[in-house]
Amino acid sequence: MYRKEKSIQLKSSSAALYNNLSVLRPPGRQLACFSAVHGPSLSVVSADGLGFSHRQLQAKEGGMAVSTSVLTQAAWCVLPSRVLLVLTSQKGIQMYESDGSIMVYWHALDVAEHPPAQAVFARGIAAAGGRFICVGTSSGLVLVFDIPPKGTNITVSEVLEQHHDAITDIAAELGQAPDGAGDLVTADDAGTLCIWSTGEEFTLLSKIPAFGCCCASVKLWNGIVAAGYGNGQIRLYEAATGLLRAEVNAHARWIYALDLAPQTGKLLSGAEDSFVHVWKLSRNPDTDNVEIEHCHAECVTDTQVCGARFCDPEGNSFAVTGYDLSEIYCYGQV
Amino acid sequence: MSARTLPLLFLNLGGEMLYILDQRLRAQSIPGEKARKVMNDIITTMFNKKFMEELFKPQELYSKKALRTVYDRLAHASIMRLNQASMDKLYDLMTMAFKYQVLLCPRPKDILLVTFNHLDAIKDFIRDSPGILNQVDETFRQLIETYSCLSAGEFQLIRQTLLIFFQDMHIRVSIFLKDKVQNSNGRFVLPISGPVPWGTEVPGLIRIFNHNGDEVKRTEFTTDGNYVTPQREGSFDLYGDRVLKLGTNMYSVSRPVETHMSGSSKNLASHAKENIVPNPLAKEELNFLARLLGGLEIKEPGGSETGFRLNLFTTDEEEEHAALTRPEELSYKVINIEATQEPGRRAELSRILGELEVADPRPASSGKGEDLLALMDGL
Repeated sequence: MYRKEKSIQLKSSSAALYNNLSVLRPPGRQLACFSAVHGPSLSVVSADGLGFSHRQLQAKEGGMAVSTSVLTQAAWCVLPSRVLLVLTSQKGIQMYESDGSIMVYWHALDVAEHPPAQAVFARGIAAAGGRFICVGTSSGLVLVFDIPPKGTNITVSEVLEQHHDAITDIAAELGQAPDGAGDLVTADDAGTLCIWSTGEEFTLLSKIPAFGCCCASVKLWNGIVAAGYGNGQIRLYEAATGLLRAEVNAHARWIYALDLAPQTGKLLSGAEDSFVHVWKLSRNPDTDNVEIEHCHAECVTDTQVCGARFCDPEGNSFAVTGYDLSEIYCYGQV
Repeated sequence: MSARTLPLLFLNLGGEMLYILDQRLRAQSIPGEKARKVMNDIITTMFNKKFMEELFKPQELYSKKALRTVYDRLAHASIMRLNQASMDKLYDLMTMAFKYQVLLCPRPKDILLVTFNHLDAIKDFIRDSPGILNQVDETFRQLIETYSCLSAGEFQLIRQTLLIFFQDMHIRVSIFLKDKVQNSNGRFVLPISGPVPWGTEVPGLIRIFNHNGDEVKRTEFTTDGNYVTPQREGSFDLYGDRVLKLGTNMYSVSRPVETHMSGSSKNLASHAKENIVPNPLAKEELNFLARLLGGLEIKEPGGSETGFRLNLFTTDEEEEHAALTRPEELSYKVINIEATQEPGRRAELSRILGELEVADPRPASSGKGEDLLALMDGL
């Protein structure tokens, strides 16, 4: 169903971090941008059909302390008025214009908030509610940034305090939320999921309790939460009720990345077991059951997959990054 | 990222170092008495109480350069000497072995089992010395106390921190190539068969539930993978069957260990950068080293004990050749802190420390360099 295409070379290898690939495909333009975290830096590649151009962004070192920082994640956040490239690190949150040329905002993490032996970092990035960018922290807080249509006057509008463990991933509704289903999901290290409705004030709608496994990646589509866990399982929940609707023994190792193609409901999963799977989500109109079927398995030989993203909204192509790999593997539907 | 990574990194690398030294001592036919003394001295130094205290303090990982200096000191904790080329090779083997173990751990928590495998073997090396055995058991208990309560997510963070430390290292190790666990391009083979990690199900099953929570449908999918359910979980107690083989001694059978110095061209960029850009961490790292090495009580060999030189290569000529042909990007640029009374050496050390000192906003601490020298001399 899918076949491997020409790889995209990176200037540096990818680190073993959750959700370590972001793709930007501005509509109507023949341009695709990819970014993957190396460690203390981010590799950004732009491909416009004629060639590739590369850029490296560094983790900003905080304040006066002379110590290097490691990035934990990077993602493009698409809002109606603008696109920002957001980087999270051990020191804080950096926001750039989408091409990475100018930093428009820097938010330093408050180290004092954390107990001494605990790691301090920001992780989990998503654009939400057409106006906000949400970023998680290692203490379980979710910072909600209010983003003006242009300029640098970005402010923290709210801090969500429902998680007790480090945030792993945040996802906004990619399709149409049914009534009462919420439009944002946050996930943490313990495996707890929170469903929110966004706005001037965010409201917690439901909390899906952990079952003993870390949830590293999460997606929300048409009121269905898709969550990838450390024990290799993918679980689908009803966002409105928090009920479990499907359980898939998908991978033999920790799932590092999930992505969803909103026009078709295709789900992509990548894990440490070297496999990338393509699934199809749907809702049975008679029974109202959530269905998931397996479409395609891809073995990325000798690679621990750390990032996987669809490159188009139908899911006709996808890209994959792996630990220690200095390229992005691309696959297209035949 | 994780502030709890250093003890695991240090103990596992130390364990690998002891496996390699043990094998080379035998290959070089060093008399049993001397070999045992070397192993005992190094292990005693490694598990020194003050040193362990420093190690277990929550802290970030330092550079490969800084860590290498500690192992240099450790390897010279007895009557044995190693040339630079042999020390380089030793460190290459240690790091590639542990990188392999971290990568192949089924669960992040299994890194603890790997550590226990190393400690179990170390206890066997010194089974005739109850005093040192006690020290090792103490460290064992401290490991259990520190790590038993960590969650899977926290262990994964430790694993991710270690993987960043080992990123871009692709040195080919002869024993790995022979066993087909490493490819000729330096990358490790990741099997897609065998037991799944404890707590994971064999992939294949899809279950659908209705809005009442009843299972209404089951389907299966297949892949190229060939996985089975694991038999049992390894023991995390002081004594027990670890089940996992990672971290056990792979040098038991006497085989020559060679490394191929091939810095793959793609990764030159990141490697070269680390060596050329002046390291702003130098001062912090020096402080870290001072604290850590301060806890190492290195004994000077007594008059009657004759030292010897251990060679990690098969012949002296090979060792010389390796020293001359080591690729630039793989040079560790080691800080040679060898505390001696020789005035020439002191001047050399003083110069190195002077070069490493970065512009300090605090009042010039010319005394600091002297203090560090005094500390080194006290070792």
